[in-house]
Amino acid sequence: MNAYWECLRGIVLREWLRFVLQRSRFLSALVRPLLWLLVFAAGFRAALGIAIIAPYDTYITYETYIVPGLACMILLFNGMQGSLSMVYDREMGSMRVLLTSPLPRAFLLAAKLLATALVSLLQVYAFLAIAWLYGVQPPAWGLLAALPALLLAALLLSALGLLLSNGIRQLENFAGVMNFVIFPLFFLSSALYPLWKMRESSEWLYWLCALNPFSHAVELVRFALYERFNPLAFAVCLGLTALFALLAVLSFNPQHAALRKAG
Amino acid sequence: MSALEVEDVGFSYGARRALDGVGFSVPAGHFCALLGPNGAGKSTLIALLSRLYDLQQGDIRVAGHSLRQQPRLALRQLGVVFQQSTLDLDLSVEQNLRYHAALHGMPRQLAAARIDEELARQNLGERRRDPVRALNGGHRRRVEIARALLHRPRLLLLDEASAGLDPASRLALNRHVRALCREQGLSVLWTTHLLDEVEADDDLLVLHQGQLVTHGSAHEIAGQNGLAEAFHALTVGGAARTTATGDGVGAHGAPYKDSSAGRP
Repeated sequence: MNAYWECLRGIVLREWLRFVLQRSRFLSALVRPLLWLLVFAAGFRAALGIAIIAPYDTYITYETYIVPGLACMILLFNGMQGSLSMVYDREMGSMRVLLTSPLPRAFLLAAKLLATALVSLLQVYAFLAIAWLYGVQPPAWGLLAALPALLLAALLLSALGLLLSNGIRQLENFAGVMNFVIFPLFFLSSALYPLWKMRESSEWLYWLCALNPFSHAVELVRFALYERFNPLAFAVCLGLTALFALLAVLSFNPQHAALRKAG
Repeated sequence: MSALEVEDVGFSYGARRALDGVGFSVPAGHFCALLGPNGAGKSTLIALLSRLYDLQQGDIRVAGHSLRQQPRLALRQLGVVFQQSTLDLDLSVEQNLRYHAALHGMPRQLAAARIDEELARQNLGERRRDPVRALNGGHRRRVEIARALLHRPRLLLLDEASAGLDPASRLALNRHVRALCREQGLSVLWTTHLLDEVEADDDLLVLHQGQLVTHGSAHEIAGQNGLAEAFHALTVGGAARTTATGDGVGAHGAPYKDSSAGRP
């Protein structure tokens, strides 16, 4: 058991050190959501009126509405990028080293997903701190309650990323992931607009958004940030995280990528 | 018991056969050179030995443990230095080593003691807090060797470990690994495409087009005319399967590097 703990600790510590030592990576991960918050939301606030919807008790600004979605966007980008590199960077080294560990491969992959998720959380909280200064101020306890919600969301998106990277050849570069995974997941979700707005435009678009796991991740975080629990979002996120992680570990096979390259 | 036994291993990338019926063994305490031109199948073999790829055909045993049946026991006995550097450049030497110790589930105290020991052995004690990025290529390789030996494997696998090094560093690295082999009874599989890294006493395997075209001691394979000629004949002049007989296979060429005088 001790060996497992030491291994998990080592993997998390390494991700943390890499994160601390690569400040540019940290800053670039923050630029994207901040642009959305400071520029996009400012331009859109007049165009998009938000009615009073759960979990909010009053009318809110558009900036307030999109902060949970942008926090999840950080998790989405990091999760996809991290998982993609687990599949396609193997030849480059770090995964090769990881896989020479005598501990079970499923454990190593799970530890790696967890480590990536924990580091993503630091970026999310840095973003929430800036949003706080900008005026989006959820209750203090909400910021704490959001921690497990964000962790679950991060694991869900990393596991989904690993599963997709294992199975889909077109995802071998980040452009493919942007076009086929990140943009559809992000735009077909409740991150930027409440789903009732979407329903006004199109019923089938609404259903796509409602079924999108990313919507549930966003709502789980949104509710937690305002000290509310969303049982449906929690159940969906938990169930899908377990399912995606299981399928991702079962389908993880380094030689698939090599065979694809050869084929 | 052999440190490494490879039995009838085959591997295909789709329709392309990369390895075909490869079998050999590396006895305990031996330095074994695996020689092959680019594309011979060395990298595929290393990927199989380090369990990056799953075996499609045959079996591999490390210190008696089958990679098919007992992969975790086998991996415990295996240290690997990959062709491309696999160190985290921004992390310090010590942080890189600690990470590896953690991957092997080593208790922290034991890891600290082993790291001290290995760094001292590689003459890197003073560089332990330096980021790997600040080290030259030869030193980085030494860090990777220290890392590969932290968990005390029986077999050390080096995949073109000297690639990209200047001639002096290349020679130093080769000598260093040989010394480890002699002094610690470590078995080494050293893959290369450079003939001057092979010495007369080495076990030599020549891989060509996915097949093991010869194996035996280097001086037997080289015969009278030198290893370069023998290698050329095996990999260009015809790929007939050969076992060294002492007569060699070539007719002309530079002799392999005979350093047996310097060995105990």
